Amino acid sequence: MKEELLVTARSNELIDPGLHIWTWEVAMYLFLGGLTAGIMIFAAYVTLARKDDEAPFAATQLALLAPIALSLGMTTLFLDLEHKLFVFRFYTAFEPTSPMSWGAWILLLIYPVTTLQILATLRRGFPVVVPYVDRWSIPRAVIDWCENHRRQIALVAVPSGIALGIYTGILLSAFSARPFWNSGVLGPLFLISGLSTAAALVALVSREKREKEMFTRLDLVLISAELALVGLFLISLATGTAKHIEALQSITGGPYTMVFWVLFVGIGLLVPLLLEMLEMRGVGKSLALLAPVLVLIGGYALRQVMIDVGQDSTWTRYPSQYSAEMLERMEPN
Amino acid sequence: MTRYAMVIDTKTCIGCGDCVVACKTENKVPDGLNRDWIVELTRGTYPRLETEFRSERCNHCSNPTCVTLCPTGASHLWNQTNIVLVDADKCTGCKACIAACPYDARLVMHPDGYVDKCTFCHHRVEQGLDPACVSSCPTRCMHFGSLDDPGSSVSELLQTRKYKVLNPETGNEPNVYYLT
Amino acid sequence: MKRREFIKLSSLLSAGAVASPGFLLGGCAAKPLPGTGKVTTTPTICDMCFWKCAGTVYKEDDELWKITGNVDDLHCGGRLCTRGTGGPGAYLDPDRLKTPLMRKTIDGRQLFVEVSWDEALDFVAGKMKSIAEKHGPEKLLMLNHGAGSSHFRHLLRAYGSDSHAEPAFAQCRGPRDVGFNLTVGESASSPERTDMAHARCIVLIGSHIGENLHNGQVQTLTEALNSGATLITVDPRFSVPAGKSKHWLPIRPGTDLALLLSWMHVLIEEDLYDRDYVERYTFGLEQLREHVRSYTPEWVYLETGIKPGVIRETAREMAKAAPATVVHPGRHATWYGDDTQRSRAVAMLNVLLGSWNRKGGFYKPEKVKLPDYPLPEYPKPKLRTRDAYPGKWPFAPQGVTNGVIEASVGEDAFFKGWLVYGTNLPQTIPNITNTLEAAANSLELVVVVETMPSEMTGYADVILPECTYLERYDELRNSGERHPSLALRMPAFEPKYDSKPGWWIAKQLGHRLGLHKYFPWEDFSEKLDWQLRQVGSSLEEMQKIGVKNFPRKTPMYFHEGEPVRFRTPSRKIELYSQQLADKGFDPMPVYTPPEPVPRGFYRLNYGRMPAHTFGKTTNNPLLYQLAPENQIWVNPLVASEWQLENGDYVRLGSPNGVVSNRVRVRVTERIGPDSVFMAHGFGHRSKRLRLTAGVGADDSSLMHNIKVDPIMGGTGMRANFVTFVKEGEAGAAS
Ligand SMILES: Nc1nc2c(c(=O)[nH]1)N[C@H]1C(S)=C(S)[C@@H](COP(=O)(O)OP(=O)(O)OC[C@H]3O[C@@H](n4cnc5c(=O)[nH]c(N)nc54)[C@H](O)[C@@H]3O)O[C@H]1N2
Ligand SMILES: Nc1nc2c(c(=O)[nH]1)N[C@H]1C(S)=C(S)[C@@H](COP(=O)(O)OP(=O)(O)OC[C@H]3O[C@@H](n4cnc5c(=O)[nH]c(N)nc54)[C@H](O)[C@@H]3O)O[C@H]1N2
Ligand code: SF4
Ligand code: SF4
Ligand code: SF4
Ligand code: SF4
Ligand code: SF4
Ligand SMILES: [Mo]
Repeated sequence: MKEELLVTARSNELIDPGLHIWTWEVAMYLFLGGLTAGIMIFAAYVTLARKDDEAPFAATQLALLAPIALSLGMTTLFLDLEHKLFVFRFYTAFEPTSPMSWGAWILLLIYPVTTLQILATLRRGFPVVVPYVDRWSIPRAVIDWCENHRRQIALVAVPSGIALGIYTGILLSAFSARPFWNSGVLGPLFLISGLSTAAALVALVSREKREKEMFTRLDLVLISAELALVGLFLISLATGTAKHIEALQSITGGPYTMVFWVLFVGIGLLVPLLLEMLEMRGVGKSLALLAPVLVLIGGYALRQVMIDVGQDSTWTRYPSQYSAEMLERMEPN
Repeated sequence: MTRYAMVIDTKTCIGCGDCVVACKTENKVPDGLNRDWIVELTRGTYPRLETEFRSERCNHCSNPTCVTLCPTGASHLWNQTNIVLVDADKCTGCKACIAACPYDARLVMHPDGYVDKCTFCHHRVEQGLDPACVSSCPTRCMHFGSLDDPGSSVSELLQTRKYKVLNPETGNEPNVYYLT
Repeated sequence: MKRREFIKLSSLLSAGAVASPGFLLGGCAAKPLPGTGKVTTTPTICDMCFWKCAGTVYKEDDELWKITGNVDDLHCGGRLCTRGTGGPGAYLDPDRLKTPLMRKTIDGRQLFVEVSWDEALDFVAGKMKSIAEKHGPEKLLMLNHGAGSSHFRHLLRAYGSDSHAEPAFAQCRGPRDVGFNLTVGESASSPERTDMAHARCIVLIGSHIGENLHNGQVQTLTEALNSGATLITVDPRFSVPAGKSKHWLPIRPGTDLALLLSWMHVLIEEDLYDRDYVERYTFGLEQLREHVRSYTPEWVYLETGIKPGVIRETAREMAKAAPATVVHPGRHATWYGDDTQRSRAVAMLNVLLGSWNRKGGFYKPEKVKLPDYPLPEYPKPKLRTRDAYPGKWPFAPQGVTNGVIEASVGEDAFFKGWLVYGTNLPQTIPNITNTLEAAANSLELVVVVETMPSEMTGYADVILPECTYLERYDELRNSGERHPSLALRMPAFEPKYDSKPGWWIAKQLGHRLGLHKYFPWEDFSEKLDWQLRQVGSSLEEMQKIGVKNFPRKTPMYFHEGEPVRFRTPSRKIELYSQQLADKGFDPMPVYTPPEPVPRGFYRLNYGRMPAHTFGKTTNNPLLYQLAPENQIWVNPLVASEWQLENGDYVRLGSPNGVVSNRVRVRVTERIGPDSVFMAHGFGHRSKRLRLTAGVGADDSSLMHNIKVDPIMGGTGMRANFVTFVKEGEAGAAS
């Protein structure tokens, strides 16, 4: 028998008995971050592919959702901070080795880019505002400029979106201390997932039949790609060190098996994949709304599972000789 | 850059926890939080057994992933040494460093919320003193010093005795060594 | 209604709002580096246990910061142990007794009521007077333990009573010291005079040094290990020192005497004993040779489970290193009731190895010749403590706690009043609760001087809150040691709340009893200063240095062939003891097998955990955080039989139906399948110990089968058996 345990009572908040520093706030932030990336990229894509008439919503209105989604995400991220008053410290330094620092600055870059994207199609997307914006010369000039440079703006939006989408994955994979996250596949996986959720969003919101179909088709491709990446991810863990394999076990029989396979892979990927295929063959139209909703749920589930399992995977885990409640007696009553 | 190390002799450590209490009083660590702790490892079946006690804390790694992944520079190295400190006034409480530490050596200070950890008692090291835990240890099984100085007790012990570090596979290159 | 109901101090009148135990040690805002404020220091003597290490109390900006070892103190090697370092918790504990309390009956209910010192002291003095007048002063008994006792011993002796008993005898060292006295005419003394630092072979029988954290013992044992000494540990449990040993002998519990006799057998048969030493100093070798002949390793193996080869090999290793071999006398020796004889066997084994008062074996302790403060003679008491239990335990040189407690029960009881200082009898004397309640009901006075609302305070008429060691002067430390030294305990703080130093309480009572001449000092420090000046120091100097070392005047060991007159009737070391024979005891230790473990039960093994001193530190907020609860150690085989998992909570039941608190299960190979193990000092019932109340199990209350040593009255505690009572099943009990 091997017995390895803590013989002094240690009960450090958020760390004992297992790491639980991040919960839904961070998962939601990663989800919305990915979604924003997807939105930017598709808004740019339809521009570059000149699909305005085919996909009017994506071409002219979608971009507006980017800053909204992102701001929501940054709000939940802020909620997670333990030392909130010092949030400004993200912007008094740039730490090249820290993806989180990169992220902080990328987020700043996203706002101007999406603003330009919005302006470039403001008049066509939201005719109601035309009389107001055209009343004064400066906004009129700015918007004119944007409309004239719509393609160039799109050319900037695509890499910015990709940066944002990939970073949300790299953020986690950079943690060598958490074997479950420690895989290069996470960046692409999160990016594709972000795109897929954005596509689903369009398919959900757009009223244009052709547009719906176009994005459903896109989503089919993306979901299939995502499945492939999930496969790669599992393989990369399975071929890793003992600790990586131990981490893998938590979703192959371990505590997180159900969430990962049923919620994320099943409900989040396979079911919508099936529904969308049927839809393409003109079957089950009545379920048309369900598929994209499931994709969005799946997108969130992916982040939540990753956050939970990742924190649970570790190099050092010592059970304690003492029960945790004992130290709660110390807390001020 | 000076490389400080702690060398702890598991052959004489009795797991008494004096080092843990000494840290709490010296550094006024709040109730319920710990910068160091004791692990007992027992192998075998009665009556064929062996036990090892280890006093653990931040390893002040040569490759401190907690520092490289801190987005604000709050986690930093103390004047050109391997001693890893947290600057509370730069810390956002994002907890990246906690996720980044393979040894669970960091803690969130309550109620404030900034991250704290073992400092190798740099405030004592500065005055040429041993860390509080080291100078409390009744068995004198803990040693502290610079690995750059070949004459230091830590250097000599590592030259003359068998030793290990915790989970070398992490690649963090810990600087707390255990004589075995 | 009973004259005294046991009051769980929860029913305290005007309890008042009580501070929370949390957020001690100065909040937790982003702090400046430690020691950057105004730092001041005061010397102290640690009182977290009875080892008396000298320490230094650090204050930062007048807040208690930390306590460290006094670097000049050779006794503690400049370092404190875990508990000593946790000393601040004793001062800061918000559950401390705050004011004098008196038992009063308010509309039919007995309660403790906060009273003024004057009211409390007048009441106690009044009762003491009436006891002296009605029954004689000797009928007032002192039960005590710890450094502060001296003030109250002084008071009682001035008052005319020398009646006293402490658990350090009949529950602890008694059998060992009696056994050594009978053999070599001296005790192994406290601090133990073991010369482990220079030993080349150390034998621990029980003695879980490392869990037992007596500082000097831990440090000298480690020194020996570092210098390559051979460690042999005899212990059925894989104790901490067992894990450091070259030879761990997992002996069948209760069979140590057989092993000791067998070792002597080997030494004599193989002619490995120290001939010169034995011929020069001892009486009875031939009788011993005869006596141990039958204890062959082969026979003893069947009793102890220790292979004959191992018995021989270890005996030879001892002989090889002799006389630098310490067969450790142990400390908590009250095990199976034959403990004086077992301790005698330990002493005899050391003698055969020639290690008594030889380098690397035992040293001769030396004190500082410190004159007593000139005071009038004490009145001669007409009765001695032993008169309370005539004829019993002929070799007990001091009071036997269990004896005097029994002699306090009933209207015609020998003792009429108690002054209890620094001992928590309900947890300390095994299986005593009923007797204690009976005694408390018949006694005319029960005064308890305490720092904490311990279980004992629940039996008191009056509770006098003493301040902690960090807030008072006590006697100078002058222990018999390797190096003579004096150490000072002085207040680092004003007494917290309305607590007072023991010397002050004693003096106040003295004056109320008209004993002014025994308490001539305004402040106790005057007495200390006078004594210090007699040896060329002063209070002023000691307040600066804390510890003063003095040169040794006598040699530390016997020199070769030195003629010695031992303090025994024959003036020799008595391998054969005529004294014992005359009183009808075995003149040489005879082995009797231990009681077998009843079916479905397990031997209740107990001991120390490093973080705590008995029950007196379990509520200390610093040490509670280190080790909040005790565990019941269970062998994996037993665990699977009872379907117990790590972290489960179970209750333990004794054959006579006592059921313990719920206690956390630790499944471990470190204990054998015939026993379970727990640390003593948990399972407090006093609700006002808010951190520790109801936490963990109490071994004392589970003890039902006490083996009293007929030679000196010690309470053997290791013949007790328990079984598991799963949660839920325990409904009725506890
Ligand atoms: N941390 C801490 N240290 C302390 C104290 C404390 O409260 N806390 N108290 C101090 C005091 S006053 C004392 S008296 C000492 C007591 O400490 P010791 O004198 O060391 O106590 P023992 O009962 O000799 O040793 C307990 C060991 O005996 C083993 N044992 C049990 N049954 C048997 C048996 O039948 N044979 C043998 N050979 N071994 C057996 C147990 O497994 C356990 O490991 O500790 C002192 N040190
Ligand atoms: N079941 C069982 N019983 C045992 C033992 C065991 O291992 N198991 N061990 C035995 C041994 S070896 C010993 S030495 C005895 C020890 O027995 P005790 O000396 O009774 O030890 P404690 O239970 O710690 O009780 C000490 C009491 O003194 C109080 N106190 C602490 N500091 C001060 C102070 O400064 N002033 C005053 N006035 N009071 C103070 C504490 O609050 C506590 O209530 O127990 C013996 N009894
Ligand atoms: S103080 Fe020393 S002996 Fe005690 S646990 Fe710490 S390192 Fe080990
Ligand atoms: S142990 Fe953890 S906290 Fe300490 S330096 Fe290494 S990574 Fe950082
Ligand atoms: S919590 Fe503080 S120290 Fe840790 S990474 Fe974030 S900012 Fe840096
Ligand atoms: S080095 Fe200082 S901070 Fe670190 S564990 Fe030891 S005492 Fe605590
Ligand atoms: S051994 Fe520990 S608790 Fe006992 S006096 Fe020394 S330091 Fe204090
Ligand atoms: Mo004791």
